[in-house]
Amino acid sequence: MSDQLTVIVNDAAVAVPLGTTVAVAVGLAGQPCRTSVSGEPRGPLCGMGICFECRVAINGRPHCRSCQVLCEQGMEVRTDD
Amino acid sequence: MAAAARAAESGLQVGIVDDNTTLGGQIWRRSGGAPEPQSSAWAERLRSAKTMVLCGRVFHQPEPGILLAENDGGPYGLEYEKLVLATGARERFLPFPGWTLPNVMGAGGLQAMVKCGLSVNGKRVVVAGSGPLLLAVAAYLRKHGARIPIVCEQASWGSIARFSLALLRQPDKIAQALLVKRDLLSVPFSANSWPVAASGKVAVESVTISRNGRIENIPCDYLACGFHLVPNIDLPLLLGCQIRDGCVQVDDFQRTTVAQTFCVGEPTGIGGVELALVEGQIAGLTAAGQASEGRHLFRQRERLRRFARSLDRTFRLRSKLRSLPSPETIICRCEDIRYVRLRRYASWRSAKLQTRCGMGPCQGRVCGPATEFLLKWDPQSVRPPIYPVRVESLAFSASQAEPRHYA
Amino acid sequence: MSQPAYDVVIVGAGIVGAACADKFAHQGMRVAVVDRDLVGGGATAAGMGHIVVMDDSEAQFALTRYSQRLWQELRPELPMDVEYEQCGTIWVAADEEEMMEVWCKRDFYSQREVPAEALDSQALQHLEPNLRQGMSGGLLVPEDGVLYPPCAAAFLINRAQKRGAKLHLGEAVAHAGQGRVRMTDGSEITARIVVNAAGACATALTPGLEIKSRKGHLVITDRYAGFLRHQLVELGYLKSTRSVSSDSVAFNVQPRRTGQILIGSSRQYGAEHKEVDHAILARMLQRAQEYMPGLAQMSAVRAWTGFRAATPDKLPLIGPWPGDESLFVATGHEGLGITTSLGTARILVDQITGRNPEIPFEPYLPSRATKEHAHV
Repeated sequence: MSDQLTVIVNDAAVAVPLGTTVAVAVGLAGQPCRTSVSGEPRGPLCGMGICFECRVAINGRPHCRSCQVLCEQGMEVRTDD
Repeated sequence: MAAAARAAESGLQVGIVDDNTTLGGQIWRRSGGAPEPQSSAWAERLRSAKTMVLCGRVFHQPEPGILLAENDGGPYGLEYEKLVLATGARERFLPFPGWTLPNVMGAGGLQAMVKCGLSVNGKRVVVAGSGPLLLAVAAYLRKHGARIPIVCEQASWGSIARFSLALLRQPDKIAQALLVKRDLLSVPFSANSWPVAASGKVAVESVTISRNGRIENIPCDYLACGFHLVPNIDLPLLLGCQIRDGCVQVDDFQRTTVAQTFCVGEPTGIGGVELALVEGQIAGLTAAGQASEGRHLFRQRERLRRFARSLDRTFRLRSKLRSLPSPETIICRCEDIRYVRLRRYASWRSAKLQTRCGMGPCQGRVCGPATEFLLKWDPQSVRPPIYPVRVESLAFSASQAEPRHYA
Repeated sequence: MSQPAYDVVIVGAGIVGAACADKFAHQGMRVAVVDRDLVGGGATAAGMGHIVVMDDSEAQFALTRYSQRLWQELRPELPMDVEYEQCGTIWVAADEEEMMEVWCKRDFYSQREVPAEALDSQALQHLEPNLRQGMSGGLLVPEDGVLYPPCAAAFLINRAQKRGAKLHLGEAVAHAGQGRVRMTDGSEITARIVVNAAGACATALTPGLEIKSRKGHLVITDRYAGFLRHQLVELGYLKSTRSVSSDSVAFNVQPRRTGQILIGSSRQYGAEHKEVDHAILARMLQRAQEYMPGLAQMSAVRAWTGFRAATPDKLPLIGPWPGDESLFVATGHEGLGITTSLGTARILVDQITGRNPEIPFEPYLPSRATKEHAHV
């Protein structure tokens, strides 16, 4: 389908419709976005880019707020440190 | 959007800078689906008036008349003669055991995620907290296939009843309310109710609520939980605007105490979309020298402000919510600081210095309102960058590049 | 004449005041500490928290080395939140001329039994791969360290309180001297000895103290574990500290235990307000990016300022204030407050109890300034 694309979350391919944010893609991959300072799994809280709980590394750049980034074909996302 | 449209239509050269990927902010957020009709109408006006729309986070004012912003392409300067601040609001999160579990989100937070591609079809979502946003979110989620076991509002039944009467005085709100009611016909709504704990292993699996005095445990896939809204005043604070009770002080024409600077919408007081649109227009017109046009909107604004004040009264947080967090509950999520450590401090600043609460990337945007409510701290301090930005952006001098010039 | 309520009252609950309180209480003296704000606010909260030896002068070296040893002794008792790390400092030489300074420093430290190792370009790159290529080398001083100052100050105050010291926060001091401290609300605390450890505010309390504020800026990044292992300082840092009038920046970065990077440094005279000055902040960060290009893309979470208390001859003022038998001064530490706090406290206690201090204290005596004036 032409309005689907694939991103790679922790080496696993995830297919998402156009207009999906990376935060949603990470959730679809069954992963938490990050691990907190004391080891807790964390995911998006505010959905609007202010809580920073959804941070992941996108194409090698760490600390990206994934709820504010739209998925692009072939994007590489990592949640492990 | 309203301010920009009116100003641009009156002949000014206007630019909008926003952090999100498209226009519309939070209320009119969309990335995939069809835009709200109202949003489209204003967007069309912006396009016709040739308003420049820029994506970016404003993070500093190095000198009056210049703002620094950053986006993926890098930092840039914005030179302006007049400035309209429409920085909106964010949800207030109150901590309780288990609130840090994945899939516990804000009410607006979960709605935003659904707008950006999350499917809640067939999923069980408990909606809890306070404010009219809860019902709007529940209706939205329901339309997208979610099953909603309950909507928990912490305000009392009496407050809700009085609020419903107040709605009758706002004709445009009645239509909205009826629509929402229709969408939520079979969804149980319980005032005098709040979340007590969220449980689960890697994500939330159930929520314990206090429902009208009785404890109930409800299995769920998501908990959408937000306690009304908090104005985003960091940019106004940075610019030196006078603030009172957490809101930016403005005069009849939406002017702040800083020269050439207007403020509209939620930062001047939580009041909803219609009020923001009216305030925006008044500011845009005044900025363009058409203040007398703006006067025509004063009565409408006053009516909407009365409604906003009733919102405030109705959804005031009950003090019982202060006992929700346990000593082990994490309050500062960026640094994982637990309640037991914070309780010992008398002020935001001493807690911050000793524990680093509020020093993480969110810079107190989440834990600030929480500790303000729980411990009566005053978490107001702002330093640039008001948003985390790349070091190279902070190292950007205005002299390096021609800033874009706006009226 | 009634007995004074305390043996010592200390004005200032920053790192220096806290160290003094701890030491005096340890001696069994009755101690009060007064601060108009909170423990470890002021420069203590704003600064980088480094513990470094400096070879600026013999006196500077003696005090920093003495004090550094005291921190090392104290280390086992420091709680986790003080985040003491002996990460070491590397003084970075960008060119051959600076490399000559490296050899001088190396010799200076070796002669005084401070471990110091000269690094060539390759060795430097190996230790800190994120430094820009093409540096000439550097000097590794492995016994230097970093800590988190507000918690260190709190630890010292708490220890003093456990020995009976009393802490009075929230009231500004209007007058300090002649055996008493009077607050702006009129209340008074009497003591045999009054110590002015008020940092950048010391001059307001003791007119005649030659202390000027030097404003500094810092930036902290998000967490980037492994990017930086040692504190790094450019050799030009010393030129920056020596300048008596102009604004200057110098490359200085520090790894925190959290993995966040602290980026500094800047020095300005005569800057009155505590707002971030964008022009000098930008200069400081541009300098930092020149040394470590990888910083450019990192997320900068916050910037802030602080005021160092600076004296004309770069040495702190530790000792009795001429003209007032009860008044002692412990201030003027510029950028070395954390390092020299413990040494300062020991010297002061030794002076007051009449013991022989472990290092000569003449270079730090407040009366040295007035002596110089007398000679003119």
